[in-house]
Amino acid sequence: MTNEALIAAIDKIGAEAETRQGAQYVETFVPFAKMHVFMKHLKEDENLSFDYLICVSGVDHADHMQMVYHLESTKHNHMMVVKVKTDGRETPAIDSVTDIWPTAEFHEREAFDLLGIHFINHPDLRRMFLDDNWGHPLRKDYKDDIHIVSR
Amino acid sequence: MDELREVMITTDEIKTDEYLINMGPQHPSTHGVLRLLVQLEGEIVHNVQPHIGYIHSGIEKMAESLSYPQIGHLTDRMDYLSAHQNNEAVALCVENALQVEVPDRVKYIRTIMSELSRLASHQLWWCVMGMDMGALTTFFYGLRDREDILDIFEETCGARLTVNYSIPGGLMFDIHPNFQRDVKAFIKKFKTKLPEYDRLLSGNVIFTERTKGVGFLSKEDAIAYGVTGPTGRASGFACDLRKHRPYSAYDKVNFKEILSDVGDTYARYQVRMAEMWESMSIIEQLIDNIPEGDYAVKMKGVVKLPEGEFYQRVETARGEFGVFIVSDGKKNPYRVKFRSPGFSNLFAINHIAKGWKIADLVAIMSTFDLVIPDIDR
Amino acid sequence: MAFNIYDFTTLTKSIHEGLSSQFSPTATLAIEWTIVGLAYLLFVALFGLFLVYAERKVCAAFQQRMGPMRVGPWGLLQTIADFIKLLMKELIMPKNADKFLYNLAPFIVIIVSFLVISVIPFAPGLATFDFDIGIFFVTAVSSVGVIGILLAGWSSNNKYSLIGAMRSGAQIVSYELSVGLSLITMIILAGTMQISGIVEGQRDMWFIFKGHVPAIIAFFVFIIAGTAETNRGPFDLAEAESELTAGFHTEYSGIKFAFFFLAEYINLFIVAAMATTVFLGGWMPLHFGEFESFNQIMDLMPGLFWFFFKVLGVIFLMMWFKWTFPRLRVDQILNLEWKYLLPINLFNILLMAAVVLFGLHF
Repeated sequence: MTNEALIAAIDKIGAEAETRQGAQYVETFVPFAKMHVFMKHLKEDENLSFDYLICVSGVDHADHMQMVYHLESTKHNHMMVVKVKTDGRETPAIDSVTDIWPTAEFHEREAFDLLGIHFINHPDLRRMFLDDNWGHPLRKDYKDDIHIVSR
Repeated sequence: MDELREVMITTDEIKTDEYLINMGPQHPSTHGVLRLLVQLEGEIVHNVQPHIGYIHSGIEKMAESLSYPQIGHLTDRMDYLSAHQNNEAVALCVENALQVEVPDRVKYIRTIMSELSRLASHQLWWCVMGMDMGALTTFFYGLRDREDILDIFEETCGARLTVNYSIPGGLMFDIHPNFQRDVKAFIKKFKTKLPEYDRLLSGNVIFTERTKGVGFLSKEDAIAYGVTGPTGRASGFACDLRKHRPYSAYDKVNFKEILSDVGDTYARYQVRMAEMWESMSIIEQLIDNIPEGDYAVKMKGVVKLPEGEFYQRVETARGEFGVFIVSDGKKNPYRVKFRSPGFSNLFAINHIAKGWKIADLVAIMSTFDLVIPDIDR
Repeated sequence: MAFNIYDFTTLTKSIHEGLSSQFSPTATLAIEWTIVGLAYLLFVALFGLFLVYAERKVCAAFQQRMGPMRVGPWGLLQTIADFIKLLMKELIMPKNADKFLYNLAPFIVIIVSFLVISVIPFAPGLATFDFDIGIFFVTAVSSVGVIGILLAGWSSNNKYSLIGAMRSGAQIVSYELSVGLSLITMIILAGTMQISGIVEGQRDMWFIFKGHVPAIIAFFVFIIAGTAETNRGPFDLAEAESELTAGFHTEYSGIKFAFFFLAEYINLFIVAAMATTVFLGGWMPLHFGEFESFNQIMDLMPGLFWFFFKVLGVIFLMMWFKWTFPRLRVDQILNLEWKYLLPINLFNILLMAAVVLFGLHF
């Protein structure tokens, strides 16, 4: 499937998603309220069938958090990136996609641990690497006077 | 403490004949500081909860305050057995973002080095696999041959483990004059040694009894859990990025993607053994044809990536390694995320090991070929 | 008697007569006991150390290494240094361990090993006990050792130890059967349970040749079951360091650990010595019925040499197993015993009975 056809197929889903050709892959922006429905379509649609969730990354932008999902279809061998902005920055919350891709459970736990993003309907949301009293180190406002020497 | 509390709470659900043991953080078969909380009934595993973070080194956080050429040096320390492939991933990601085309010589050398480190990694995996199964002698056979590769690394890169050879724009140094001769000598030698591995372990009745039909992972589950690398390919998940999304010189060589549709422990074992033959064939195809040219392109003193998000996938010895760089146009990345193969692979273990015995859990974990710093990052 | 010069009976008799002439019968007995006890202690300590050294060298040879080379010439003093280290180590006891049982366990294990050694004939006239139920005594006493292992695992208050002990219990109790049955097979051939009688019965030919097919089957079964009885690889499930860290002796340190360690090697020696005595003629030189001149040449070598030559051969065989095979799983180990070895053994007894009944042996 060419990238144009892929974009057209993704556009068919709707869900207020904006899809465009990025520098490397097809990129889609989805509002967080619709993202779970949208993701479910990506997995279940015959022409898309994005069954392999490669990577889930959280990024702290100054005014919001962003979750980036790299997806691949093992059937059609095409790739895309889904980007979801969270609502607000202090207590961001977003739908978990664990029920769609089981591997998301652990990537989301990592994002929860390091960025403090809450995942709604996550089966087992616990800290992964750090202690419970630790802050969320990948947030841009994270301060640690003991362990980080700022130059 | 909260973890413990959680265990205490969940013990309400545990039947009286179940008990918990902590495998790790110090345990001979977790190969590092991994802790598995295993719920057992007699010898039978009911549940495995991996607890990680004992060697979390905050590489993603550190990378935010480092320049792009510096990040590569940290990736050596993650999956130290695939150090070169990790370097390569960062280098390729930065090169793609800057639209730099590296000379063919660099591509060839990178591919050869990648395959050499894959061989070294699989050799170590084989030693440790035997050791986990109780056949201690395998350890020395594997290390004996791995030594030759490490010597080649030492000669060319100056380091044996954390090679730190690929940098954005090319390579750290040119190859050593003896490189081609040594690699050819090694391949010639290892071709006679690899059948020895089969004779020592693969054909052993006890070994096949212990591994055949144990610890199944279906193709669907492999994809769903994101299990890649030889582990995923043993379940029939065609995930070899060298084949499907070729980078460096992989589009110039002929090799087979080793797939098995069985998905048990023995299949994972066999896929890795077959991959060693394929790696040797890739190196043989390239070693005599390294083109002349520069070993690096001249890069600016300060590497700045254009604003945007970049992702690079590379096939390491353990599976798919990903580098995700978010750049805001400065000399430091805004955010770096490493998608490590071990991380995704590890969490499929509960799904696989349920219902098998402790000894099988050890064998299964062994075929997952976990490197803990790779998981913890 | 061709090998009178090598017969220790003369020596022991003269010692006994010398003592009797000086002391009262009770005192003589006490002194003789002390001498015998010290002799065994010395033998066990030295031979145990030698076996540890041999194991390390054999293992090194299989693994393309040199083995210990630093302490003494060819590392000969290495095991002595290790032993001194173990003696000086702190004895650590887990907080909630059952103190009495925890301390008792290593002694049970080592005492049992000593008891079994006492019936083994090293050379003509060099055995402490020689009952008419010698073989029965060996099987009976050696099965007590498992109690020590179970106690160690239970009292350590450690789950790994407990799993190891339970594995070991299941394994040893099962393999006891095969050891016993394969010995019974040979008793049918020998017609006596007395160990000296068994050795004498092999004067014209070793039992493994005399009993041909059933004897060879019994020998292999005995070696497999014996390896399992000593908890050595590939049957080392009770220790299984990649699964259970160190199994039943995880929590033991210092001299108590050394007892378990030593007992393992004594048991290795016992299995090899039993195999030698019952199948390979004990201290009896290699004899073949009619070849008188051949037999006389063989007689020139002392019984002690023959005994240790054969014992070390069997021990080497068992080390070879350990360093080349992967470990079995607990269900496989029980399958092997109950589904394969036991039926083979029962059939083999019938076969042997038929062979003896119809005089088909040599």
